[in-house]
Amino acid sequence: MATDDRKILEVKNVKKHFKTVKAVDGVDLHIEKGEYLALLGPNGAGKTTLVEMIEGIQHPDEGEIILQGKHWKGHKEELHHIIGLSLQETRFIDKLTTYETGMLFASFYKLGSKRVNEIIELVGLSEKRNAYVVNLSGGQRQRLALGIALLNKPQILLLDEPTTGLDPNARREIWNILQNLKNEINTSLILTTHYMEEAEVLCDRIVIMDHGKILSQGSMEQIIRLNNFYEIVDFSLHKAPAASWNLQPNTDMCIEWNPEKLSGRLYVKKVQEDMPELFELLNRHNVSINQFNYRKATLDDVFTTLTGRHLNEQES
Amino acid sequence: MKQFYQLLISHFKEIIREPSVIFWGIVFPILMAWGLGIAFTQKPGLTGNIVFIANTSKADILPKTLSSKLNLNKTFSKGQTCYKFNYADKKSGKVELNFYPKTWDEANLMLKKGETSLVIDFKNNNPAFYFDRMNQEAQLLFIHTSGLLEKGPAYFTNLNTHAEPLTLAGTRYVDFLIPGLLGMGIMMSCMWGLSYSLIEKRSKKLLRRMVATPMNKTVFLTSLFTARFTMNIVEAIILVIFAYFYFGLHIQGGIFALILLLTAGNAAFSGLAVLISSRTANPEVGNGLINAIVTPMMVLSGVFFSYHSFPDWIINIIRPLPLTMLNDGVRAVFNEGAGLSETILPTIILIAEGFIFFIAGLKLFKWY
Ligand SMILES: Nc1ncnc2c1ncn2[C@@H]1O[C@H](COP(=O)(O)OP(=O)(O)OP(=O)(O)O)[C@@H](O)[C@H]1O
Ligand SMILES: [Mg+2]
Repeated sequence: MATDDRKILEVKNVKKHFKTVKAVDGVDLHIEKGEYLALLGPNGAGKTTLVEMIEGIQHPDEGEIILQGKHWKGHKEELHHIIGLSLQETRFIDKLTTYETGMLFASFYKLGSKRVNEIIELVGLSEKRNAYVVNLSGGQRQRLALGIALLNKPQILLLDEPTTGLDPNARREIWNILQNLKNEINTSLILTTHYMEEAEVLCDRIVIMDHGKILSQGSMEQIIRLNNFYEIVDFSLHKAPAASWNLQPNTDMCIEWNPEKLSGRLYVKKVQEDMPELFELLNRHNVSINQFNYRKATLDDVFTTLTGRHLNEQES
Repeated sequence: MKQFYQLLISHFKEIIREPSVIFWGIVFPILMAWGLGIAFTQKPGLTGNIVFIANTSKADILPKTLSSKLNLNKTFSKGQTCYKFNYADKKSGKVELNFYPKTWDEANLMLKKGETSLVIDFKNNNPAFYFDRMNQEAQLLFIHTSGLLEKGPAYFTNLNTHAEPLTLAGTRYVDFLIPGLLGMGIMMSCMWGLSYSLIEKRSKKLLRRMVATPMNKTVFLTSLFTARFTMNIVEAIILVIFAYFYFGLHIQGGIFALILLLTAGNAAFSGLAVLISSRTANPEVGNGLINAIVTPMMVLSGVFFSYHSFPDWIINIIRPLPLTMLNDGVRAVFNEGAGLSETILPTIILIAEGFIFFIAGLKLFKWY
């Protein structure tokens, strides 16, 4: 099979369902060596299921997953050695210390205390080296999980919500570790997250998922451009315009109007070019502006429009 | 090898860092052996509380029959008058009988509470004895007390002229109990220790995390068994040593046969533990399953009392249970001097059972 050498991972039309739920519904994805990719999606979008299939923990009903040109079937041993991962929720053995936990996992990769000490240093747990896992804080446990994922210097790193529930500082610490990793060894990363900022800061490419499908992907700018959102204007009016009011002069502009609150939102390419038209229209109808708010579009706007819900919202 | 070693020491640390493990695994069986051993090892002798009917419980007048035959010490404690009779010799041991003067109403109440089992009414100096004929202890008390009232302390001396105590090793209750406790300890430790450890690791998603590494599953399970097996052997040795020094228990049969049998017991219950914990990730479901298997065997398989008083058809069901085979085998080695030739069959069956359970468990096993 001819695969592009740079493609370290290929996911081809992968599907997986549980009874009635289509958890992953035909996903195509690939990632290149050294690329950092964020999987962004609300609860139940299918991120964990997708990632666990890539990790070989779950098996797709349909489709192919190819890591470094190899399928999971028949290459388990080999592939386990090149991936590193942290699950969405793992609790290690309560009454082992940080160091002992590291030693245990290191032994699976035939590594010893030298590497474990390096890792403990790397994830900043030196002070907690001899503390029982059960006594670590949430953030420290996440860092331990990350450290374990990095033990074997993986070529592909798969992290399922590595910063969920952490405070902004702790989150930034993990970002730093991951950014350094990118500069030092040429690891590829797939990271699932609910945090827009995390995806923007860390990743080269962002994939937005919901209901098992990929809705949009690319760099942040690409996604925003692709979906025709550049700039956003929120406004409200003093009185309702006449019934005949129709603001669709330009195909690049799109409007959401709430007649009860007398407020609206405009998605425009360039505010300078499109606003005069709006102002003129309002003048013609003799309506004055109450509030006017202009900002650049963010990923969050795209996300909300694409999925119909915010990132941290529960599935409806 | 590195894997095996690291897994093994992790399992050990996990076991011994849980203080309750030491208690349930080591202290508890010894306490049980000690408590039950003492409670059911009857020393020769006779003690009993006997009520005789008086007009009031404060009565100072002792019935003539009592005072003439026996030399009684009057005491007064906890608001009760009590006349004590003490006697001791080598064969009878210590005899201590307490006579309480009570009215009929009070006597009835004491009977109901189990504070006494024999009531004597000395009407016209002719004693009438009241006791439950189904109660062997009461019966015994009646026989001795009536003899005593007739003949005085000489009764015991005469009684003993032809009675010789039996001093055969392996016939006491502790001799029965300790092998049962050994078997039970292995069962409990495997079922709770192994099953729980597996189910907990599954529910914590730790199993899932571990098999996502190059960890060898066989090595993982082997190390888990080895750790548990070692703990069980240590616990067994401690219990046997305790029984040796405290109760003078001796292993009359073959040590090698015993070791083999205990190993086979470990194998059987380890296999069963894997089978039980092969699918569920819910510790409560696990608890229920384990209890459903462990409790019937604890009651039926002859840990605390012999199963021979059950009806035959039940005995036929009890005999093939793994714990029964283990207990009977261990008991035969301890008390009947059995060797390899007697224990080889149960040993092989137990190992085979363990193997079958294990393979079945592995087929069903959910690592993810
Ligand atoms: N083992 C399973 N059995 C049944 N349904 C499942 C199972 N695993 C996942 N699902 C369902 O599949 C869908 C996708 O779940 P998944 O865990 O992949 O979502 P997610 O994107 O990781 O969500 P979150 O952000 O909450 O972690 C959900 O509707 C979930 O209920
Ligand atoms: Mg998830």
